[in-house]
Amino acid sequence: MAAEQKFTPRTWPESPEQATLEGKNKFLGFWFFLGGETVLFASLFATYLALKDSVPSDTHAKATDLFELPLVFLMTMLLLTSSLTSVFAMYHMKNYNFKKMQQWLFITVALGLAFLGCEIYEFNHYYHEYEHKFTSSAFGSAFYTLVGFHGGHVVFGLSWIIALMVRNAKRGLDLYNAPKFYLASLYWHFIDVVWVFIFTVVYLMGMVG
Amino acid sequence: MSSIAHTQKRGFAGTVWDYLTTVDHKKIAILYLLAGGFFFIVGGIEAMMIRIQLAVPNNDFVSAGLFNEIITMHGTTMIFLAAMPLLFAFMNAVMPLQIGARDVAFPFINALGFWLFFFGGLFLNLSWFLGGAPDAGWTSYASLSLASEGHGIDFYALGLQISGFGTLMGGINFLVTIINMRAPGMTYMRMPLFTWTTFVASALILFAFPPLTVGLFMLIFDRMFGSGFFDVAMGGNTIIWEHFFWIFGHPEVYILVLPAFGIFSEIFPTFARKRLFGYSSMVFATVLIGFLGFMVWAHHMFTTGLGPIANAIFAVATMAIAVPTGIKIFNWIMTIWGGSIQFTVPMLYAVAFIPSFVMGGVTGVMQAAAPADYQFHDTYFIVAHFHYVIVGGIVLGLLGGAHFYWPLMFGTMLSEKLGKITFVLFLTGFHLTFFIQHFLGLMGMPRRVWTFLPGQGLEAGNLISSIGAAFMAVGIIIMLVNVVITQKKNIQVGRDPWKDGRTLEWSLPSPTPFYNFKQLPLVRGLDPFWIEKMEGKTEMTPAEPIGDIHMPNNSFVPFVISLGLFIAAFGAMYHADEGKGWAIPVLIIGMLVTFGAMLYRSIKDDHGYHIHKEDLLDDAGKGGTH
Repeated sequence: MAAEQKFTPRTWPESPEQATLEGKNKFLGFWFFLGGETVLFASLFATYLALKDSVPSDTHAKATDLFELPLVFLMTMLLLTSSLTSVFAMYHMKNYNFKKMQQWLFITVALGLAFLGCEIYEFNHYYHEYEHKFTSSAFGSAFYTLVGFHGGHVVFGLSWIIALMVRNAKRGLDLYNAPKFYLASLYWHFIDVVWVFIFTVVYLMGMVG
Repeated sequence: MSSIAHTQKRGFAGTVWDYLTTVDHKKIAILYLLAGGFFFIVGGIEAMMIRIQLAVPNNDFVSAGLFNEIITMHGTTMIFLAAMPLLFAFMNAVMPLQIGARDVAFPFINALGFWLFFFGGLFLNLSWFLGGAPDAGWTSYASLSLASEGHGIDFYALGLQISGFGTLMGGINFLVTIINMRAPGMTYMRMPLFTWTTFVASALILFAFPPLTVGLFMLIFDRMFGSGFFDVAMGGNTIIWEHFFWIFGHPEVYILVLPAFGIFSEIFPTFARKRLFGYSSMVFATVLIGFLGFMVWAHHMFTTGLGPIANAIFAVATMAIAVPTGIKIFNWIMTIWGGSIQFTVPMLYAVAFIPSFVMGGVTGVMQAAAPADYQFHDTYFIVAHFHYVIVGGIVLGLLGGAHFYWPLMFGTMLSEKLGKITFVLFLTGFHLTFFIQHFLGLMGMPRRVWTFLPGQGLEAGNLISSIGAAFMAVGIIIMLVNVVITQKKNIQVGRDPWKDGRTLEWSLPSPTPFYNFKQLPLVRGLDPFWIEKMEGKTEMTPAEPIGDIHMPNNSFVPFVISLGLFIAAFGAMYHADEGKGWAIPVLIIGMLVTFGAMLYRSIKDDHGYHIHKEDLLDDAGKGGTH
């Protein structure tokens, strides 16, 4: 099947993201990329665990002083829900319903932005209320690097999805952009999975000390 | 751009533009060869300076500070900027042809990988002209590298970060290419060993480079952005760097040596005119080495103080690697055994590799015994060991591979006579240089020392070592002369120049058409071209009728993406300096260039083009004009 071919919902293939060789390659390559990303975050988690609560003096805030569950719970819910809405978007992509896909992607982006807003508030709060800074202690460096790398991934994922939505707004779905939408949503799931680990390792384990 | 017609002769500027924008794996291979070759010579000059300084006691050819910069850059350049790209050159040139593919899976990413590596290497080497090179050793242990003044270490961290991204992309590209792009009939267990080793090395790249990325980010943040990962006063821990460096660094050894093993596994059967002995056990050993390669990193840290349990576990794991490596050695010997051997230059390198590499392996097992390693650690014994592995394994592989694959890449044959002179000089020089260093190390000469005193029994050994280095240098110069003469004469040798090619790459007309295979070949077993030849055919049996071929468009975007990071790195590096207010804007502009180029790539339609069936049929010369 050629990438430029026009489709109807009846002729649209079952796995549009893998209907072309290019799509197949992207699909597999992106999974490998996520494998590498997993090692990257594993390294950051290891660093965080090694340096957790490692501060120069007792006046510095530690994990039990900092974290508050309500906000983090809200953030977790926002991101988990956005993962679900991106699944809905992909459901409509597979059914060749471009309009509904765009709508669900829009909701995904909105939820992602809300998450990002909470994270900015959170960092700002730690910075000003607790003097917990990137440059104040090894704990701070490790915390902001791990959670910040995740936040950076959120920013990149949002920009990616928005760019795809804008670019294809007038073009609709074809086999050239279906793999792109699919991979962006895969990336979004990955970000979500990483957050589940951050929620557990950083926040829950941080609360129990 | 939609037919073969655009491949006519171009002017010089046209050729340069063609290479700046190319996405053809065969041309990217040549770019890797040129850039890697250039850095190999730079690293070689640094090696010669080290040996001149150490030729006699109390020498002052270079100052102590400059000596530290030279040894750091020698190691870093040779590993990251010479050995890796030179192997990538052969992977790009040979692997897609070996599996019967028209292209790699991601031609654009392939080009991006090259340009990232190139700009990273360029950035690192600009340190020589911009205030001094890194001087904390190629391992750049954190306490030392944090204390280093000037911007040397910044060049190291940023340069390696950029080139590391490129390597990672190259690795993913090769993995997907091998999984998805194989010709009909090319099952996994029919893949040539070089393809297998490329596959396993790429998997190692995928999992080994992210820890380095994280380690380098932390080094960048600590040095340039005020964080405290490695700063004990802030609660940091300097051992974290050692772990990340070696979690990357040990697999890196196998990333380098496995493809070299692969090259030898192609050379032996070709010139022994016998199929590779124990093919399946070779595949098994390759995968096992790749797996164990991740389990042994702490053997570089025996003296760090991880404790007897950790040391014991890593010691045993390290010794275990000798088993699959031994399997390979025996298989190579059995391949030669009873063969109809032809001692061409590639075969000479392959035969010389076996004893040379075994010596490096044996000293490796010696060091794997943790208590003994306390004696060997940081002495010239270590220097001798890893040069035996790297030069005796990888560099011999690269030189042998260069002679072996030269006709495939350039359509010409390097002079056998000059090649043999190079071989003799290089091999003699290599053993002269490094064999004696085992004893210097056992006598107590520490590595990384700027000079040594007379009267301690170290003079003769060091002088012999330096003389050996000169032999190697002369050998390499003769090889360069060989290259120039060969390309000047430009005698095209045609298809299957070694007459005994076994695998698909030799079945193609020379020079290789830019679309590689007019019709995808049908693979009927291991060594598919050999099978066809044994049945009296001169070409592969096609697996498909002639049809349109889809090709990717050239693109300048990979260059721009890499250039943006190169610019941004200067901003990151200088932003903490006083009176350099321009640095932050430069950082932002650089990142904008990179992300802007990525966005442009993402938004613009790029469907490539088709070579039409009629043009292919017209292309009677069988080859393209590339």
